[in-house]
Amino acid sequence: MMTQQDALINYCLRLGDSSLILGQRMAEWCSNGPTLEEDIALTNVSLDLFGQARTMLTYAANLEGKGNTEDDLAYRRSEREYYNTLLSERPNGHFGDTIARNFLHDAFLYHLYTALKNSKDETIAAHAAKSIKEIAYHLRHTGEWVVRLGDGTEESHQKIQQSFDDLWMFTGDLFEMNEVDDILIKAGVAVDLNDIKKNWDSTVNEVLQRATLQRPKDDYMQTGRLQGMHSEYLGHLLTDMQYLQRAYPDATW
Amino acid sequence: MLKKSSTDKNQLFVDYFFVKFGQPNKNIYNNMDEQQKLDAFQAKIDAEIKIEPKDWMPEEYRKHLQRQISQHAHSEVIGMQPEGNWVLRAPSLRAKVVLLAKIQDEAGHGQYLYAAGETLGKSRDEFIEELQTEKAKYSSIFNYPTLTWADMGAVGWLVDGAAIVNQVSLQRTSYGPYARAMVRICKEESFHQRQGYEIIAHMAKGTPEQKAMAQDALNRLWWPSLMMFGPHDADSPNLGNGVKWKIKRETNDELRQKFIDKTVHQAEVIGLTIPDPDLKWNEETGHYDYGKIDWDEFWNVVKGNGPCNKQRLEHHKRAHNNGKWVREAALAYAQKQKAKQMVA
Repeated sequence: MMTQQDALINYCLRLGDSSLILGQRMAEWCSNGPTLEEDIALTNVSLDLFGQARTMLTYAANLEGKGNTEDDLAYRRSEREYYNTLLSERPNGHFGDTIARNFLHDAFLYHLYTALKNSKDETIAAHAAKSIKEIAYHLRHTGEWVVRLGDGTEESHQKIQQSFDDLWMFTGDLFEMNEVDDILIKAGVAVDLNDIKKNWDSTVNEVLQRATLQRPKDDYMQTGRLQGMHSEYLGHLLTDMQYLQRAYPDATW
Repeated sequence: MLKKSSTDKNQLFVDYFFVKFGQPNKNIYNNMDEQQKLDAFQAKIDAEIKIEPKDWMPEEYRKHLQRQISQHAHSEVIGMQPEGNWVLRAPSLRAKVVLLAKIQDEAGHGQYLYAAGETLGKSRDEFIEELQTEKAKYSSIFNYPTLTWADMGAVGWLVDGAAIVNQVSLQRTSYGPYARAMVRICKEESFHQRQGYEIIAHMAKGTPEQKAMAQDALNRLWWPSLMMFGPHDADSPNLGNGVKWKIKRETNDELRQKFIDKTVHQAEVIGLTIPDPDLKWNEETGHYDYGKIDWDEFWNVVKGNGPCNKQRLEHHKRAHNNGKWVREAALAYAQKQKAKQMVA
């Protein structure tokens, strides 16, 4: 039988890991942006996400009570111990792929954190209230780019449409729930992701329509986040990220 | 009549035009011949009045600044790469965000500097074109690789440290937009320098492996950092007018000496050894004497033979080319919106 404490730790890891992994992806854009201004914008998003990750990982570490820190959780866990969304670990691809991925993820976090502002867990509620300001900006940023690329040139239209088509099968995973959610929804800590899905649908539909893009069909969806099942990409991302901590376990930095 | 004149006369000239007429007025140049314009220009420089974008200036002054400011901007932008090399591998989340924020500052410095350069009549696109076709240079220090995490310390401590010495001096440069950009940049750079020093100081006190990495980073980056100030004054071709026009306020050797004098002690404090057996305090001059700089290496790296010249430029071109369709889409979208507004 899972305790509420265990459920809460897992929930914090989900939120923290998704921000951490997407933050790491966005850091890959550093010096690779299409303009200097956009380079700064993309790494700004990265910085916000790392900030969000640190809050949630620190909270998870405190709840565990094993003396771990944010860094122990970020740098010493393996692939199967990560609970980030499958979408967050998708490779950056070209700029349109990144924008499509982040837009879908931003819309999810936007509605999730809007609801979590009313969480009965004070730390999560405060975290949501703080993060929502950043996420609202991220969503505006990616939403505007979806429209620009969708309604830009023939080439950009085709590219971003393809990005959405390719990423769509990873969106189902965002809304999956298990026992953790059941326990925390009952306690008023978490929210029902079916409700978030409705709001997400309307945001996504509205932007895709403005962008003259087709919403892909809800076909077969990938799954796995809740069990710590990931794509092959996550292992490589962690290998880079954890290299120094793993190579010099006794060192502090 | 305006002749080449003493400082006092120049001051009179400046008083005459800028006090009597209040605002600097470009029309005053209309009735002057070339020599008079040059004299008037020099008088402003000597009176420490900043030259502004719309003011008359000798073509050579404009070209000198375009070259220097764009080189400076390119250095900020190319400099993102060697540090970007460690963002994904930063050893703690705190270290990661500090490094990423620093690189972002550099992108921002690139922005201000391109903007300052654009006031001289060349577009950012033209500057970037010159970089990519190798008509324009960037600081050679960025053609060295960053091999360990200690390099993130050494780059901040030494490279930013050297840059600050130069930039503090440039806050008083004669061209207004450049001087003002420097004031802003210096504030951030001194922060970067402290962050870099914090990283390397921590490693120097860490495990034996960390200490070895710290010393190795200093060994590799010390001499290239000294080269950042450019050739010795006696061998520096661009010094002449640069000093006369107060673009450059102190010479390469003066700036290099300042850097060495302030850095030696910082190395001692954290128990690292500067890799120069000839380095010693000179009571008479009140400065450190230092060993011979390998100018062969310097000129080779400038000419393109450094370990990373090709890599850095290819990276910049690749990012720029990959972004082409995005910039085109943004432009096409903006034009469509404008057309819609015209109809409405």
